[in-house]
Amino acid sequence: MTLKIPRFLTKKSVLVIILFAIAVTILYIMQSATLNVSSLIMISLPYIVSLGLVAIGEVVNERAGTTNIGLEGMMLLSSFAAVLGAEKAGNWAVGILVGIVASALIGLIHGLISIYAKGDQIISGMGINLFAAGFVAYGIWTIWSPGSHLISPDLGIPRISTPWGGLSWFVPLTIVLALVIHFIFYKTRWGVWIRAAGESPGAVDASGINVFRLRLLACIFGATLAGLAGAFMSLDWNRMTTNTLSAGLGFIALACVVFSGLRPLSALGAAIIFGFFGGLSKWMMGIPQVAAAIPPGIDNFVKMIPYIVTLVAVAVVVSRRRFPKSVGRPYRREEI
Amino acid sequence: MSSLGERFSELAKPMTRSLFAIVIGLVIGGLVLAIRGYDPVIGFYQLFSGAFFTEIGLASTLSYTTTLLLVGITFGLGMRAGLFNIGAEGQFMMGAMAAVFAGSFSLPPGLGLLVGIIFSMLAGALWALPVAILKVKKGVHEVVSTIMLNWIAFYLCLYLVLGPLFSSGISSTSIQIPSSSRFPLLFGNLSSAIFIAILFAIIVYFIMWHTKLGCKIRAVGFDQESARYMGIKPGRAMMIGFIIGGLAAGLAGGALIMGVPPNYAVDTDLSNIIGYGFAGIAVALIGRNHPLGMIGSAIFFGGLWSGTRSMQIGAHVPAEIVSVIIGIIVICAALPELLDIIKKKIRGRESK
Repeated sequence: MTLKIPRFLTKKSVLVIILFAIAVTILYIMQSATLNVSSLIMISLPYIVSLGLVAIGEVVNERAGTTNIGLEGMMLLSSFAAVLGAEKAGNWAVGILVGIVASALIGLIHGLISIYAKGDQIISGMGINLFAAGFVAYGIWTIWSPGSHLISPDLGIPRISTPWGGLSWFVPLTIVLALVIHFIFYKTRWGVWIRAAGESPGAVDASGINVFRLRLLACIFGATLAGLAGAFMSLDWNRMTTNTLSAGLGFIALACVVFSGLRPLSALGAAIIFGFFGGLSKWMMGIPQVAAAIPPGIDNFVKMIPYIVTLVAVAVVVSRRRFPKSVGRPYRREEI
Repeated sequence: MSSLGERFSELAKPMTRSLFAIVIGLVIGGLVLAIRGYDPVIGFYQLFSGAFFTEIGLASTLSYTTTLLLVGITFGLGMRAGLFNIGAEGQFMMGAMAAVFAGSFSLPPGLGLLVGIIFSMLAGALWALPVAILKVKKGVHEVVSTIMLNWIAFYLCLYLVLGPLFSSGISSTSIQIPSSSRFPLLFGNLSSAIFIAILFAIIVYFIMWHTKLGCKIRAVGFDQESARYMGIKPGRAMMIGFIIGGLAAGLAGGALIMGVPPNYAVDTDLSNIIGYGFAGIAVALIGRNHPLGMIGSAIFFGGLWSGTRSMQIGAHVPAEIVSVIIGIIVICAALPELLDIIKKKIRGRESK
């Protein structure tokens, strides 16, 4: 008699359970060691929000058939533009808007290159990353002073006060967004069109819907969310702008997208897992006992944690993922 | 046999495309300068005259060329094998650290240099290996794995430079390469490492265009499925593409540390080994992913980098503008048919 493995025990669910168990164990040990667990969660949340927003946007974009590896650059550009907008207007709301518009504009350019001009999406995305890193450094250099720029406290986005410290409005916003996109994806006509555009653009085109425009809108939407994440990073989370602010988060978000199998709620789940390890690494360094216990230099290995976890997690899960057939391929009409 | 004219027109098309991307990059870069009130004409004049028309500038240009050519090969060879290998940054850092490590032994003159070169190349290849294995065995896209490894390399090097490879001397850098293990200087701060880089490019050209192995790699890059039907193993070709790329990037790191005065060491904040890897993308794309084309484009980008100094002094323009220009050039390179599209638009307007 062969042992029947229950269906839910796929490689991914096992990995998720293991990671979850590790997280719970760590939390439990900390609790019993009277370490401040709530502060770990509060430190992880900004990572989760940034990763979650970017990953959800990219899920929509990739479902519609375009890839965008320029997310890191878009976040960075938006984080800079948001600070600039907020300082010029003296208002954080304007800052968020300026950040989003800047990122969406780059998304429009990326969309035009990838969808209408049928250029190489990966090269275009990487070009955006390089451009953003240079442009933000140049902007900060010429407007303020070389390096980084702190914003004044009154320009920071206000937070919800909780017993554990200030909670960002972006936390509920991210969860609501994931739910809304999930609803749109699986319960509305728009969702069907978007999912079909990545799977079989010819069929969508034949049914009278403009595939090009649909894909362009999805691309701009993805860029908008990356812009929102960027504005969050500079105006809410770090309250500063510098050209290394995104620190690879745009690429970890891409790993979340791969991990999620292009499902919006799973993307949020992946962001929670990866974000937790980002927070863990930062949190550990913030505890005086830990910082005192580890020899100087070893802290660099703690800082590696989020990147190592991402690499390992993607290695374990990715081969099981099935992606839409036409992702990354520009759609060409057969006539003409 | 194709006639000379045919061969020329074959070459002319990609060259005009590359030139076009460069021109757009410079024009938009100029606009970005003008927005902040700098004079782009004076800025670019300072940049190019400083990079090519002074002896010190030219030496520094060719010194940058050495580095950029090698990291360009990493990316360009990957593209030829159908890979988007953006791991040169991390492999470069590991190569630089390996050279410092080799320099920490007291080896006899000559041998020290050789060991340094070998160590740095192996370190680069070692850092490319996980990417290759993950790609071939697990199907992990190299964009994610290379970026993660770049960050891991960054923190590992920070640890090494402040820890085991820290120099307790007055200067806060890593251990310095002993003077007997350095590349001999030619003129200015140009070291003889440039010959190694050009030799590497020629060897890669020979492998890629004059051996069976190269033919297989290019076939995989051109169309993986067809290559598989022809009996070529795409996994093996991709592995080799990553490994040679890693050797090149590692060598670039080693050549910088062992060849470029005055440091001959890694700064404790890694500031002198950061940012080279990504510049290789632009070098490869403008050189059309061809090792010999890349020699030309590496000289151009080398000039762009070395000219920032005189541009900063002469026109007070921040050096970061060069990264902006490089970014725009890469975005333009994503559009191989950009010229054709514009031509079509102009022709369409004329016919109306």
